[in-house]
Amino acid sequence: MKMNQEWKKLNSDIHSGMHIQGKWHKQTYVIKRKLGAGAIGSVYLCEANGKLAALKISDKRSSMTVEVNVLRSLGKVQGNRLGPSLLDVDDWTAPIGTKYSFYVMEYLQGESMASYIHRHGKEWAGVFMVQLLEDLEQLHQQGWVFGDLKLDNLLIVSSPPRVRWVDVGGTTQTGRAIKEYTEFYDRGYWEMGSRRAEPSYDLFAFTMAFIHVYYPKRFVKGSQPEKLLFRKLDEARGLRPYRNVLKKALAGKYASSSQMKREMLQVIHDTQKKKQKTRKQIQQEKEAPFLLEAGGISILAGAYYLISLLFQ
Amino acid sequence: MRKGTLKQILLITDGCSNKGEDPSATASLAYQQGITVNVIGILEDEQSEQPEGLKEVEDIALSGGGVSQLVYKQALSQTVQTVTKQAMTQTLQGFVNKELQQILGQDQSLEDLEPEKRGEIMEVVEDMGETCDLEVLVLVDTSASMHDKLPTVKEALIDLSISLNARIGRNRFAIFSFPGKRKDIQKVFDWSPALDSISTIFPKLTSGGITPTGPAIREAMYQFGKKSLLRSFRDEDEPGMEEA
Repeated sequence: MKMNQEWKKLNSDIHSGMHIQGKWHKQTYVIKRKLGAGAIGSVYLCEANGKLAALKISDKRSSMTVEVNVLRSLGKVQGNRLGPSLLDVDDWTAPIGTKYSFYVMEYLQGESMASYIHRHGKEWAGVFMVQLLEDLEQLHQQGWVFGDLKLDNLLIVSSPPRVRWVDVGGTTQTGRAIKEYTEFYDRGYWEMGSRRAEPSYDLFAFTMAFIHVYYPKRFVKGSQPEKLLFRKLDEARGLRPYRNVLKKALAGKYASSSQMKREMLQVIHDTQKKKQKTRKQIQQEKEAPFLLEAGGISILAGAYYLISLLFQ
Repeated sequence: MRKGTLKQILLITDGCSNKGEDPSATASLAYQQGITVNVIGILEDEQSEQPEGLKEVEDIALSGGGVSQLVYKQALSQTVQTVTKQAMTQTLQGFVNKELQQILGQDQSLEDLEPEKRGEIMEVVEDMGETCDLEVLVLVDTSASMHDKLPTVKEALIDLSISLNARIGRNRFAIFSFPGKRKDIQKVFDWSPALDSISTIFPKLTSGGITPTGPAIREAMYQFGKKSLLRSFRDEDEPGMEEA
């Protein structure tokens, strides 16, 4: 409730068309529209110097500072690929006196992973799995764990299609307590492990993200959480080729994402081979009636020719 | 190096007090003893507006130096954790601010620093939050109206212990309910490092409409006494010695 009140306050303080000028760096941002809201703050599309950017703003100022720290340290190690790049960090005081902290980051435009997979075909699931595992591998090697990995925090940008992370606020140093999580994706909720930040925590959430693609309404845990998850995984047709790898991830059998990636690539390779095989078989089956037909026609033609010879 | 221990009382209630001293007064007393008082007010499903009686929730947390939040019981798990963690950060930030004021002058606080420096200091605060020891005394209102909420409360507390036990620092939890049979509060679960072992069901609900929140907080304060703590710390050391 209190949280709702804070959001209401934020909504009345910030509306499209208004100008927000930073206290320290003096950059002015024009608010375009709201992109989304989370537990800590709201994200707006804004414009500065003719360029679009995403601006996250909140009056929970220490939480914002912590998020900025994560973005900074991710930016230091790997260029910008793992998260959106950070453009500015500043403070702003609303006309009625509420103090806010905000940061500005690269505006990523794209489509949700679920709708992309449903529109373009289930083979994309495998592609995005490998991409994500690659990124997670990099992140884990730097000593971080994503934490709040979920569909809402992933975006498919186009040409070439690639998964990007939009919100890295939950990223936690390995070995610590997970900073932020969403129940459906959290192995603690499913009674399948601790909330300590380790690679296997992310791999569990990773699997839940792909389960979520096929169960958009999610489901609750019931009395036998592990059995239920495995059953749901078996029943999702799009995930059938990957289900053994995904089950191992749910059970926490992978200590690293590179290990999981290797087995995933193997599975994808095998299914493609199988597909090619079945395609060949189908072609052969298609050819058989064609041969029959062709043979029939030539026999008929031959008979006709003989008959025509007789009547000459 | 031994880090300090943070002490918190987490009060879970659904209504206002009606017996004994003003709970805000006892909360501020606790705060002066270094114990933060956090309050979670549970709303009935049909309550949409903030009811008058639950204004007390905010007041108690304010004078107890803690965090308050009103929730519907469905969101209890997440809220219990956010409130506990927020309160930890708030307390630690308070310490840091005091130090900063000594260095920078009276009216400087963490939030007046420029973002870059603030970031460095927040990193220290975060480190402290991860590694410090924590004692949480959960104080559950078991008056009649709480009846259908207690299973959810129990689940939320187990979940809290999962989250906090993922930290590097040590934890200690105890659960008390109020009103007690003859006393103001009643022990449900003694100081222990994890709550996953609570099979105890909350004691029988009191049928009367008595909610002595003030006296309950006062009694809870004394439960942070050294004796039971010493014992539980010793308990925890034992397996460690066996390992060695």
